[in-house]
Amino acid sequence: MGIQIGKFIGVNIAKAVLLIIAISVVCFILVSASPVDPVRAYVGEVGMANMSQEALQQLNDYFGVNTPFWERYFNWLGDFVRGDMGQSLIYRQPVADVIGVKFINSMALMITAWIISGILGFILGIIAGMRRGSAADKLIKGYSLLLASTPSFWLALIMLMIFAVWLQWLPIGLSVPIGVDASEVSIFDTARHLILPALTLSVIGVANIALHTREKVIDVMEADYIVYARACGESTRQILKNHGLRNILLPAITLQFASFSEIFGGSVLVEQVFSYPGLGNAAVSAGLSGDVPMLLGIAVISAALVFTGNLIANILYGVIDPRIRRSMLHE
Amino acid sequence: MEKTKEILNIEDLCISFEQYEKGLRRVELNVITNLSVNVGEGEIVAVVGSSGSGKSLLAHAVLGLLPKNANVRGRVSFRGELLTAERIRELRGKEICLVPQSVSYLDPLMKVGAQVRHSRGDEDSIKRQERLFGDYSLKQKTAGLYPFELSGGMARRILLASALMESPKLIIADEPTPGLDLPLAKKAMADFRSFADEGNGVLLITHDIELALEVADRIAVFYAGTTVEEALVSDFEREETLRHPYTKALWRAFPRRGFQALDGVQPYVKDMPAGCPFAPRCGLAGPECAGEIPLRAAAGGTVRCVRFSGGEEINGGKEAKSNEA
Amino acid sequence: MNDVHAVPVLQRAKKARFSLRKRTIAVLVLTVGFLLTITVAGVLCGDAAVTTDFTQKNFAPSFADPFGTDWLGRDMLARTLRGLSISIFIGLGASTVSAVIALILGTMAATLGSKVDAVITWLVDLLMGIPHLLLLILISFALGKGTVGVIVAVALSHWPSLTRVLRGEILQIKEEDYVKIARKMGQSRWQIAVKHILPHIFPQFLVGLILLFPHAILHEASITFLGFGLPPEQPGIGNILSESMSYLSMGMWWLAVFPGVALLLTVILFDTAGGNLRKLIDPFSAQD
Repeated sequence: MGIQIGKFIGVNIAKAVLLIIAISVVCFILVSASPVDPVRAYVGEVGMANMSQEALQQLNDYFGVNTPFWERYFNWLGDFVRGDMGQSLIYRQPVADVIGVKFINSMALMITAWIISGILGFILGIIAGMRRGSAADKLIKGYSLLLASTPSFWLALIMLMIFAVWLQWLPIGLSVPIGVDASEVSIFDTARHLILPALTLSVIGVANIALHTREKVIDVMEADYIVYARACGESTRQILKNHGLRNILLPAITLQFASFSEIFGGSVLVEQVFSYPGLGNAAVSAGLSGDVPMLLGIAVISAALVFTGNLIANILYGVIDPRIRRSMLHE
Repeated sequence: MEKTKEILNIEDLCISFEQYEKGLRRVELNVITNLSVNVGEGEIVAVVGSSGSGKSLLAHAVLGLLPKNANVRGRVSFRGELLTAERIRELRGKEICLVPQSVSYLDPLMKVGAQVRHSRGDEDSIKRQERLFGDYSLKQKTAGLYPFELSGGMARRILLASALMESPKLIIADEPTPGLDLPLAKKAMADFRSFADEGNGVLLITHDIELALEVADRIAVFYAGTTVEEALVSDFEREETLRHPYTKALWRAFPRRGFQALDGVQPYVKDMPAGCPFAPRCGLAGPECAGEIPLRAAAGGTVRCVRFSGGEEINGGKEAKSNEA
Repeated sequence: MNDVHAVPVLQRAKKARFSLRKRTIAVLVLTVGFLLTITVAGVLCGDAAVTTDFTQKNFAPSFADPFGTDWLGRDMLARTLRGLSISIFIGLGASTVSAVIALILGTMAATLGSKVDAVITWLVDLLMGIPHLLLLILISFALGKGTVGVIVAVALSHWPSLTRVLRGEILQIKEEDYVKIARKMGQSRWQIAVKHILPHIFPQFLVGLILLFPHAILHEASITFLGFGLPPEQPGIGNILSESMSYLSMGMWWLAVFPGVALLLTVILFDTAGGNLRKLIDPFSAQD
């Protein structure tokens, strides 16, 4: 059994790695197609004018301006595998170092929002689905549909306006107060700066999971086995406990793991509004100022994040769902 | 015939569904109309009808399991007590148990042992479940399997065991035998027999008239949403003792009676004829068959046919009510 | 005493409050009309969206200026309408391109054999592996940002999910008897695709296309907001909201609130229109 599951996980990881490599090719093609000149972006207009021919040549070599595409790609890939993602143009530091810091910030934000929206959305979805057509259902459904149409950056702006500008309860931006050294920042300060972005992301994330859970509850409650449980005299509460949860929870968890892509997209916008120093914020700055190594690094890391989510979802299905787990065993 | 004490009495049961067709037009489909059947103590009564004729709905209606878009009207009494929707909810699973139709009635993510025990884990329940598994020649380790790992026959036995887990007064079995081999089917039927002999009742819903004739005491013949005749099993020995033209046609279609198949098909719920639903296929049909067809009692059975002479008309639920005291 | 003859009701069907066909059509017509009005108004308001008037700076909303004015004295109502109409045009154009790509790829995947199917499925997985917003940024970056960048980015990034849906739909249709019979009768894959499959998935395609609009509009606004989309001189909603950020701390809430609500409303209108169209085309999906 262990071998089968190991094989299942191995195949899934191999598929994911292959896709990530393909994604890196696509990203490489896209950034290479850009009319932005990396050397010009690195030294700036004034610098270009004042630079010696040799120095320019050196930089051209560094960025591989005159090397063929595939050679450049494989150079980049080789370095990447060794942990060298190149030099960031805007941060003037190795991309890997910058991403390391930003990644932790972003994960703190995303995981907080992911857990809150997952739990809240699941509960709301169950309430709505079990009391289909009631006032509570209409309220939850209405909220979810409204939030699903709300631009997340606008909601972030509104949150900022209400809590930071009007009520002045929470800081406007930056996860580290200006003028304070990063090492002196207390966890409390970091947490304070996390509240608004995380809240915004959670409020938006709830919509999707609540709507899906609601649909699933309605589906499951009409299934034959629920009818039979009812025939056996089980109350609605017992049915939910004995049969409902186990049949609803798995797809909900899977959906939540598969939603990394959306949460990441939301965090890019929300980080921008709150000037939260995460991956999304860095990706936007990199894109705006032509920091190609940075942009590539973030693209690959975020793709890896999405695939990790999908992978966990697949494995959860394989390991938790007896239909898949046992069929692997019998193979 | 000696009068037995009645366990289940259904009179004038009507079920309809509200549905939406293309273009969101609302239609009401009458799937069961004026159905009457009763089960006494110690009796197995079979409701026999062809596949897909909506017999299962009868079981679901008695237990209050129909979906929300269903309308259900009718007098259902259990041991003389006229049932309400609330009372049905209290009785089901305790006094009245269901043997459902297929393995899809088992929770796909729950081990079958726990399902037979109805999620209880106490020692008595486990003992009883193990004894039931033994009775039905299910290996004890079957309890650890999930429904998708069961063969058709095993699933059937699990469903039977699940109903016998409680001590009900009435079992409603919805097509309990397909997928069972002959010895196991006989074993299941023998269990129903001994269950009934202890003073309980079984309502057996099936398409298999041969099976019904073998184990049941009485047969209710179901056609196009209603019971056209209730007859004693002994009435099926000769065509003359049967009352309704449809039953007679069924009788002639028995393999050992020459296999005379009946022409035509049952009318679809949407184009049900007025009056007798069998009239379009009936050799005796006349204009009066399109009118109201009263239920008549005759020689220990009932029939719904204007061509049947003799017996007396049953006037709604009056008689049943007066018998009760 | 109760009348023993009265037949008791054991269950009464819950009246599902389905909107009737007429109401569905009415809502559809109303939403489409409303969207048309916004679009036309945005086009007609002409230069009002960019005209500065320093005598009318920083006006809070009033009867004369329902949405207020900004720090350059520009009328926010005109800017919002213009922004929405730009968004709607870009959204319509880009999602139509995306939907056509999805139709072609979905049909190819489902009809041209397992190898083509594997490649297209893999391509869908590939594009869905990059967070959507990042993909938009990358494509827009590749094209040097600007209006063309945002249109191409939105058009090239929205087809994967619809491709999946259409592919599944077609695979199902292929199992239908009439398609199997057509194949037995010697019709080519191409003939079957054009004569039997495309007409059947057209409704799904149309609904899918309309339901892409809100996504396209939201994404256009999002990447414009981030600075990768429309150039700053264009009054796109993303630009309006991005500029408003500098003035929020000064209490000019109307700069952010009204354009955002208007965008939200537009997205909801498109969603409603798509949902109602789906109800008309496929009543079974309308069971809720």
